[in-house]
Order: sequence, then C-alpha cells, then structure tokens
Amino acid sequence: MFEPKIIAIFCNWCTYAAADLAGVSRMSYPTNVRIIRVMCSGRVDPQFILDAFAKGADGVVLGGCHPGDCHYVEGNYKTLRRYRLMRRMLDQMGIEQDRLRLEWISAAEGDRVQKVMTEMTETVRKLGPLKLEVAGRIQAGSHEPVPVAAEGVKA
Amino acid sequence: MSKPKVGFYWCASCGGCEEAIVDLNEAVLKVVELVDIVFWPCAMDFKRSDVEAMEDSEMAVCFVNGAIRSSEQEEMAELMRRKSQLLVAFGSCSHLGGIPGLANLFDLETILAQSYKNAPSVDNPEGTYPQRETEYKGHTLTLPTLSNTVRTLDQTVEVDYYLPGCPPPSNLIVAAVMAIVEGNLPPKGTVLAPDVALCDECERKATKPEKIMVKEWKRPHLTKVDPELCLLAQGLLCMGPVSRSGCGAPCVKANMPCTGCMGPTSGVRDYGAKALSAVASLIDSDDEAEIERALDNIVDPVGTFYRYSLPASLLHRRVMPGTIREPVGAGLDGKD
Repeated sequence: MFEPKIIAIFCNWCTYAAADLAGVSRMSYPTNVRIIRVMCSGRVDPQFILDAFAKGADGVVLGGCHPGDCHYVEGNYKTLRRYRLMRRMLDQMGIEQDRLRLEWISAAEGDRVQKVMTEMTETVRKLGPLKLEVAGRIQAGSHEPVPVAAEGVKA
Repeated sequence: MSKPKVGFYWCASCGGCEEAIVDLNEAVLKVVELVDIVFWPCAMDFKRSDVEAMEDSEMAVCFVNGAIRSSEQEEMAELMRRKSQLLVAFGSCSHLGGIPGLANLFDLETILAQSYKNAPSVDNPEGTYPQRETEYKGHTLTLPTLSNTVRTLDQTVEVDYYLPGCPPPSNLIVAAVMAIVEGNLPPKGTVLAPDVALCDECERKATKPEKIMVKEWKRPHLTKVDPELCLLAQGLLCMGPVSRSGCGAPCVKANMPCTGCMGPTSGVRDYGAKALSAVASLIDSDDEAEIERALDNIVDPVGTFYRYSLPASLLHRRVMPGTIREPVGAGLDGKD
C-alpha cells in the first residue's frame, strides 16, 4: 500500500497545541504526517509549500487558529488568502488541489487534529504519489537528469 | 594584445535579445572596440564549424539567450560552454525559462497537435508533422528533435552569470561587458543587475499608500489607468514588489503593470510563490467567498506569477501523463 508523506505546518498557539493535546490524550493518527511548528500560520511562505512538494511531500496541511482567534490578529486571514490562490495555481500546474489543505484547529481540539490527519492521509493515499520531474542538468549523451543541489538556485 | 573574443547564440527565444544588442546603438561601437565578435549567427556570417575549430575556452565570454528545448540547442549550449571561459545566460528565457517555458504546462504531443492540427488557423489536411528525417531529391534532410520539457540554460550546462530581462536593458548589457573586459566581476552565479525590487526605482513609488488593500483585481485592458498612482493601489497586478530592478520601470511608465521579466531578487527561491504571496496578501477581505470573488479576476495564475520563470520554479513541473518516451510516428522523440 502506498504510504504518502505529508508535511503539516502548524501554528504555535492553536494547532500545534492541539496536536500536543492529541498526543497527551493518546489519540493515535497515521504516522505519515510530519509536523513543523511555526509561530503563526501567516508565517507560511508559499515557497515552504512548494519546497515541501519539491522535496518529496505528497500532501501539505496548514493549521492555524480559528478566524478571529489569531494570536497576531490577522495572520490566519493572510494564510487563507494565499491558500485560496495557491490551490488555483496548483490546479493549473496539474497538481490536485486536495494535496493542500488548510484547517483552523484551536488548542482544545485534539480530536480534530486526529480526524484531519487521518482524512488527509486517506485523501492523499487515494491520489497516489506526487510525481515531479527533476529539475536537473541533463548530461551530454545520457538523458538522465542530474539533481541540482538545493543551493544551486540562481542568485 | 589581442582583444577578448565574444560569441552570441540564440536558442528558444523570440529574437528580442538579439535586437537588444543592436539597440545598444552607439554603445555597440564601444563594445566592438573592446572585443572581437567571433560568433553571432543572427547578424554575422559565422558557422558552427568555425566554433568547432576553436580551441577550448578560446572565447572569453559567450552570451546565450533562449530556453533549451531542442537537441540542436542542447548541443550548441554544450559547444559554447566548452569554447568559452565564461557563459552568460542572456535574457529571461535562458535565465529562468521565459515565455517559452510556459509550454511546460503541456506535454510535447499536446503542443504539436495544437500547432500542426487543432489550431483554427492551421490548414494541414494531410496531417503533416515535422519529420526528423525526410528524403528530398535524393538527399536526406534532418531536423533536431524536441524534448518534452523546456529547460533553462543552467539546467543544461554550467552558467557563470545571468543577465536578466526580456530583453536585458542596454545599460546592464554594457555594464556586464565592461565588467568582463576589466575583469571586475562579482562571484560566480550572480545576476548582473541591482539586487533590489523594482518599486525602489519606480516613478510611482511616492504615490504608494502606506497599506495597499485591494477589493477587486482589475485587468489593464478593461481599466482606465491613472498615469500617476501606484498600479497596485489601482488594483492592477503589478509584479514590481517581487521583481528585480535595473530596467528603469519602462512598462510602469507606459501604464502597464510590471510582468516580472527581471526575475526575483537574490533572497527569493521561487518567483511565482513570492508573487502569489504578495498579491494574495493585499486582498481586502477576511471572508472566504469574497476572497474567491476577488481571485476570479486572476484568470491565469501560472501565466501571471510564473510568466518568465516556470522551468526555474521549485516544482519544476509535474511528470505529464502523456510524456513521450518512445519516438512517435512523426519521428520526434521526447527525451526526458
């Protein structure tokens, strides 16, 4: 069975605390998810999402505080706007919109973390692996792309 | 002392970069005084065999414009790399993929079918496709093969410097040539243009409000544009905040929003993601339905945010379901 890799980027104040709660409450959810903590969902630069996909993630979940509850007042709204546009752009690039998901989860909703993680794993499992072409130099003679190092990005 | 030898070549591009060199006007005389142009097929009568006859690294610098799509372009890029000490990616297409790079949204088969069969203006009743080899009056004529993916120059061969722009502005071209002649070069891999955003040199900078909030994105051809006010403040999709300066903002001066041909500044890894981020953040609404409505006027997100940089994007491209791996009937083999 295909085991997708899912990157979850959670805000420090709500969703990460909820994941913590899920942990201490011994709620289990699929191990396909790797959580990264950021101070605010508004800190999630769209580059992070693309980078996760480019480095092998099959799905990305963003988690932030409920509307009106952002620790930094409006960070989650900025995330919402970027997320809506990002989904449209991914779709145009041939990447299923459901590989990216945004959820508002408060610190009290450990069960919600469990539910979202489980759903997301199933959704992405059904979609299958995200296959991207390697952006690499193609050496003369062979046509096997040589991966470009992460630092090899143009200045 | 003999003058340093310089070469120019074009790959998948429109010819505008060659035009940019001609547009140097009198400055071209200054350039010619300092260097010997030994290869420039567009303007002077040199052949590939002339380059092949050179010693390796015989040319001091070679400027290559255009993205890489065909086997001929790939071979020439490799040849130019071998024969010159410095290789400069000249213009948006060789720097980031450029307009031809948007072809990466489709596979080769789709593109060929559109160009030779389906486009309303095509008159091709026999369904003739370009052939890799054709017999004609006892001769075998050949064409280069096309690859499935458009690549930047540095995804093909090692590149020393980048001259951005569509086409690169003449002041930057002259500055680059002077820097090379004088041996006064920044570290390898540098983009030879100022490393600040376009807004910094924009004439409308003073009219930019402290906080730009946009209810509805407008399209330039459907809008009466105020000739003084910051274009973003008018709801036009201007890529100024995420694009490199150095061009003098001629588009903005002509009432057209910046489309980002100069590419990103050095701190940005993915131009499109940053542009998307900047634009989305300005939407003046917290309501999902209202945000969706505001986004409806961005009809082509990839074409807007990755207009010149799709092949250089972090995602590069999805492996296309129809990727051609075996030579098809027409004899064109996709090779990546």
